[in-house]
Amino acid sequence: MSESTGKVLLDVRNLSATVAGVQILKGIDFTVRAGEVHAIMGPNGSGKSTFSKVLAGHPSYEVTGGEVEFDGQDLLALPAEVRARAGFFLSFQYPVEVPGVANSQFLRLAYNTVMGGRGREELDPLEFDDYVREKLQLLEMDPAFLERSVNTGFSGGEKKRNEILQMALLEPTLAFLDETDSGLDIDALRIVAHGVNSLRASGNAIVLVTHYQRLLNYIVPDFVHVMDGGRLVKTGGKELALELEARGYDWIGREAA
Amino acid sequence: MAETTSGARTFLDSLLAGAEAGSDALKTLRARALERANALSVPTTRHEEWRFTDLTPLSRMAFRQATAGAALDASAIAHWTVPEAATRLVFVDGHFSVALSSIVSVDGVRVERLADAFATGNAVLASHLGQIAGFEHDPFVAANTARLADGVLVHATRNAFAAQPIHCLFVSTQADVVQQARVLVVAEDGASVTILEDHVATHDGAYCVNAVVEIDVGANARVRHVKLQRDGKKAFHLATTAARVARDGTYSNLAVTLGARLSRNNVHVLQGGTGTHFELDGLALIDGRQLADTRTFVDHAQPHGTSRQLHKCVVGGGAHAVFNGRILVREDAQKTDSTQESRNLLLSEKAHVDTKPQLEIFADDVKCAHGAAVGQLEAEEVFYLMSRGLSESVSRSLLTYGFAADIVGRIGIPSIVRQLDAAVVERTGGQEIA
Repeated sequence: MSESTGKVLLDVRNLSATVAGVQILKGIDFTVRAGEVHAIMGPNGSGKSTFSKVLAGHPSYEVTGGEVEFDGQDLLALPAEVRARAGFFLSFQYPVEVPGVANSQFLRLAYNTVMGGRGREELDPLEFDDYVREKLQLLEMDPAFLERSVNTGFSGGEKKRNEILQMALLEPTLAFLDETDSGLDIDALRIVAHGVNSLRASGNAIVLVTHYQRLLNYIVPDFVHVMDGGRLVKTGGKELALELEARGYDWIGREAA
Repeated sequence: MAETTSGARTFLDSLLAGAEAGSDALKTLRARALERANALSVPTTRHEEWRFTDLTPLSRMAFRQATAGAALDASAIAHWTVPEAATRLVFVDGHFSVALSSIVSVDGVRVERLADAFATGNAVLASHLGQIAGFEHDPFVAANTARLADGVLVHATRNAFAAQPIHCLFVSTQADVVQQARVLVVAEDGASVTILEDHVATHDGAYCVNAVVEIDVGANARVRHVKLQRDGKKAFHLATTAARVARDGTYSNLAVTLGARLSRNNVHVLQGGTGTHFELDGLALIDGRQLADTRTFVDHAQPHGTSRQLHKCVVGGGAHAVFNGRILVREDAQKTDSTQESRNLLLSEKAHVDTKPQLEIFADDVKCAHGAAVGQLEAEEVFYLMSRGLSESVSRSLLTYGFAADIVGRIGIPSIVRQLDAAVVERTGGQEIA
């Protein structure tokens, strides 16, 4: 486990949340500093995706307790779009299809909204086209992606690359990547991982939410956390992921009990 | 059908007034149609096929036949002209305008006024006119046929190919009138044509359009039919399109409904040979007190037919959209592959949709899928856009815009896509995103 000294970007204290009246998160404590990569692993239904969505501001989840400070702000007090403008990014496990809206139109709108909110210059369609094409190369995406409707008819791998493209454009200080590796073949996984790695910087941080250890061969975490039953029950270095891969999750529950 | 009420009869009579001269064959056709029109009555909501569409407002209107000669100069229709279509036939209040029309000849594709075709005795008339759109049971088709005097004939001979769309522009300039519109398209074997049927108005008054389009698609021929109904907000629009498609032929129909207080668009597609392909796309984008009723009937009567249908309604205000999509797969129509989807977006509490997919399958080796969804935007969709920094209102506008633009984008005529895109942006509150 490496010792980090970057400033604290995310500080989650005793967070609990429910969806449709069911308690999913039961008191999470979690701290991320600038420059770090964290992985949150855990069995299906352990609350990993819920944790990501609660932090991003999904309206279906109700926070029932705890506090979250993000880059000096009370994250839970901000509407979802303000969290995005403030530098929080969620790569969706299941990106939504938006038929009828060209990807280029959507990406430019998102870029200008977020960057405009940070005092950066907005780009007109021609300027944006030049800008986005550089980012496409990073993810080995064909420019034809720009003309297609957002995620509509995209393969699983194409959708995930489109998510990382959005991350590259919006330059978040903290990115949660929810199951970005699920369902990807090895080539697509390498491309996505390469894209994410090239976006790492000393001032930002990445949280990988995953079920599988495989991704962590390509994006090497500083910390690995295990979530079970709506709590983070164990934390270790990257070797913990290998142990989980070899032994499964059952032993964690016994050890924590 | 129920006994005619006097008000409804008056409306039918106004449709039937003033039949004109023509050949003997045409007179016979008109006489037969007139007989049916007189025997039929305007349907009421007691009639299953008109359950959601009450025509009594029609009966209260005192419509007269539109007079000819309303002068329009080219600038009045400039914003409806389509640069991609060199051939344009313009009817003003149902009367052909020589001044506004232009016909550019393409090898093998004859485009002319029906009135001229009657005068010269074009042989395709005898074998097609009035034979694809049946008038036995439909008073409006019967009235249109009984009154038949002019319209558009597109006749594409064997293997002829017209790259450009043929624009049939029906302009209303007068209130309190009825105007008939009629189009016959005959695409012989291997031919390919695109028809743009376009209904517009220069005024806000009440009027009634009664349109009939007949399409005969030959073997391995392709006809693409784009219909834009952008009539005035107080208009009544009654229309029937009937297509029959021979072996390996393709017919595609894309209908956009923006205008009219009350509209009824009947589309009837008959498979006349094996291996045909049908595409039916629809978009009704309505608000206020508008009622848009679409009724489609896809008749798979032969083996190996495919059909793809996507009908979308975006309904705001106190508007009401109706979709009735019947797909009949007859006993002989083995290996039919048919999909139908009805998707509806309600933008307000008072907006209302009635959708009724109707599959009747008598063959045992077929693939048919259908679905209908009515609702508001999905929370997950809105959240996705908000997670990218867009405000909730921009997110909702963008999703609503996309829902409608999805159909508009399929039109394939760039200037029309741009025009309608602007209309969609306006209707969906998407100014910020354009």
